[in-house]
Amino acid sequence: MGEWRAYAALFGGRLRSATAYRTSFAVELVTNAAGTLIDVVTVFVLYRAAASVGGFTLDEALMMTGITAFAFVLADLTVGNIDQLETYVRTGRLDAVLVRPLAVLPQLMLADLPLRKLMRLAVGISVLGLALGRNDIDWTPARALLLVSAPVSGAVFFGAIFVLSAATAFWWVDSGKLGHGFTYGGRDFTSYPITVYGSWFRTAFAYALGFGFVSYQPALTLLGRPDPLGLPSWAGYLSPLVALAAVSVAAVVWRSGVRHYRSTGS
Amino acid sequence: MDALDASVPAISPRRPISASVATFRALVGSGFRRYATYRQATLAGTFTNIVFGFLRCYVLLAVAAGAAGGAPGGYDARQLATFVWVGQGLLNVVGIWGWADLADRIRTGDIVADLVRPISPVTAYLAADLGRACHALLTRVGPPVLVGALFFPLATPSRWQTVPLFAVSVLLAVIGSFACRYLINATAYWLNDARGPLAFWTLGSGVLAGLYFPLRLLPEWATVTLWVATPLPGLLQTPLDVLIERDPPALQAGLVALQAVWAVVMLALARWVQRRAERRLVVQGG
Amino acid sequence: MIEMRELRKNFTVRVKAGRLRREKREVAAVDGVSLSIARGEMVGYIGPNGAGKSTTLKMLTGVLAPTSGEVSVCGLRPVPQRTRLALRIGVVFGQRSQLWWDLPLRESFRLLRHVYRVPAAEHAARLRRCQELLDLGDFLDTPVRQLSLGQRMRGELTAALLHGPEVLFLDEPTIGLDVVSKQAVRSFLGELGRAGDVTLVLTTHDLADIERLCRRLVVIDHGHVVHDGTIEQLHARYGSRRRLVADLDTPLPPGFTLPGATLTSTEADGHRVTFTLESIAAGAAVAALVGAVPVRDLSVVEPEIEDVVARLYTDVSGAP
Repeated sequence: MGEWRAYAALFGGRLRSATAYRTSFAVELVTNAAGTLIDVVTVFVLYRAAASVGGFTLDEALMMTGITAFAFVLADLTVGNIDQLETYVRTGRLDAVLVRPLAVLPQLMLADLPLRKLMRLAVGISVLGLALGRNDIDWTPARALLLVSAPVSGAVFFGAIFVLSAATAFWWVDSGKLGHGFTYGGRDFTSYPITVYGSWFRTAFAYALGFGFVSYQPALTLLGRPDPLGLPSWAGYLSPLVALAAVSVAAVVWRSGVRHYRSTGS
Repeated sequence: MDALDASVPAISPRRPISASVATFRALVGSGFRRYATYRQATLAGTFTNIVFGFLRCYVLLAVAAGAAGGAPGGYDARQLATFVWVGQGLLNVVGIWGWADLADRIRTGDIVADLVRPISPVTAYLAADLGRACHALLTRVGPPVLVGALFFPLATPSRWQTVPLFAVSVLLAVIGSFACRYLINATAYWLNDARGPLAFWTLGSGVLAGLYFPLRLLPEWATVTLWVATPLPGLLQTPLDVLIERDPPALQAGLVALQAVWAVVMLALARWVQRRAERRLVVQGG
Repeated sequence: MIEMRELRKNFTVRVKAGRLRREKREVAAVDGVSLSIARGEMVGYIGPNGAGKSTTLKMLTGVLAPTSGEVSVCGLRPVPQRTRLALRIGVVFGQRSQLWWDLPLRESFRLLRHVYRVPAAEHAARLRRCQELLDLGDFLDTPVRQLSLGQRMRGELTAALLHGPEVLFLDEPTIGLDVVSKQAVRSFLGELGRAGDVTLVLTTHDLADIERLCRRLVVIDHGHVVHDGTIEQLHARYGSRRRLVADLDTPLPPGFTLPGATLTSTEADGHRVTFTLESIAAGAAVAALVGAVPVRDLSVVEPEIEDVVARLYTDVSGAP
């Protein structure tokens, strides 16, 4: 239990640091919320030009955008700042983390917790709510469960992607924005029906990396639409398993990353 | 005074123009070399640009396929693909994001070292930024355009004047972008911490410059307002529209002229703000 | 308290070989170091840049895993038992802060109490002691980012001690500090050492730190320990000599010699002379000189540790 109190204290410290400059923090809160809004506005703008994109209407696409927006925001808020690992490795600040009596990953997460992204959560939930309002969903207990499990699993999945991307820095310090291709790129990928993507690109992102199960498959199942790409409707319920697999891979990679850091230093 | 000045690199009306050019060129070179050292980061950034190129290209092509007449915003599929892939390259040349050097120097007080130099900070930073842009032009544009051309049919210019107009438009985009970023950074003179304005800029500039979608997809009143009332479309949308010949020749040239007006206005504004800030520093002693 | 046996750390570096080819090569940063440090000892760990000081310190604190050899601190193996060890050691990295940048110093201390799970009463007692000795009172409520380097270092020292560590590792604790802060840090560490319940290992560039604080001096170069002993032993081993500097009314008569000493310099038209004392006690030398010539003023100068160490580095580096 002592450890939890320690983490709670770190969280409290982060909270007080973030609010040390109130005006700056307020501006960042608003700006960040607007950031998520822009992703959604983009979807609306594109649908202004075409009634159907990739065989889906705006309302159907919003279901995917909504699940992604909520899931990504949740992940970004909790583990998003792990991409600062690069700086920690480069400057050797990771050493200072390693001499504390706590695990490395939660320390890093809590030390930089991006509270400025808090308002994004509201935007993410609103988009999902909007999508639910604009679609006529035939509610069943399974679908109700899916409405909860899909965003949560999506968040866990994105969290794993954040950790995996950040862990690149253990081996390649100058990997810079490489990870953004998968974190923010993954968010963009899952904001649209995956039918829009070319076949090899889709196969790589949706099935090999697993992004297809974040929002596309659950949205189809919620909407009761058959998958034009041929997966059965129960594929929509696979997101927790996919998330679990991603977390396992991320855990292994993270651990071997820390081990690698310890054998090579910065 | 002139004898004293001769030993220090300076750009001032009292020195022969050739010396000023040499100083400016040296500063451009230093900007170029600084970025040339980030070889691995360049590689990683290029990879990310390419991933986003695929994402945006596929989505826009799907929009084109679903649009009435197959030409959303007046672009056909080839033009859209070109817009995306050249845009992914140009993004780094124009460099709309990720420049907080000036704000950091103001915050830490290092800016004083820039102020005692016999050259205006605006000029010095502009030169360094042009060097950075040259480096990006050589390293960051080729790969995404090449990948784009391999996977998608791209549009090629059909008018002779498109190529020189595009070159001018890119230069104006770099200058315009620099001036905007300079102004955003300069808020640190008054706020001490430019994080808020910088976040605001990062957010607004991408979408309003046409990175996420071509601005012509917006309602016409919004498009026109953006073009006339803000410098933002001049950062990315204008050079791309020029390259893919979205508009007839007269409008094509007109857009570049408008872009030039905005670049000059923003640069003048940056100089004015810098002078105000210096006067303030002198009066208040930092 | 600390045991190292045949401790070794290799790094792989890529060296350019030809225009495009790069070769991997193993370089030993720490090359078979064996040391044993007892409870309450104060050990100075010095060496030129890149000698392996920081690498050793990182292996002792569980940041780096050794390539081979054994290491134990407080009876624990640093890497596998990192979190348990962390509760029993304190670490100050001169350049890397343990404090919360945007929070008042007092808040950082409070957070560390939770991180290290220290009972409130113990924590308060230790903080009170540090506050007294390091004079923290004036800036306890100042955010860390507004502290001067010296004040911050005093904060870092406190932060490293609040959980009552058995061993305190200090990496360049006085680097970049002004004279007054250096003095404050040194006298605090001295006090800590005299109390005798903390084992202290410090790396430094500033040899004055060592002279003031450490009875034991370990010199490392190219990954090897080249000296392990007291400062006096170092002087004895490398032939450091005291010097006798005298101001004379008249220059020395020609052919003057001081038995057991050599005349090493003559300044001010012969009015100031320096003898290096080879095999004569300072007292005897003074007596002999005063007996021979009219002396206005004289002083006995202790050997400079800088000179010795500089000589040591060049010696070792020059060796094959």
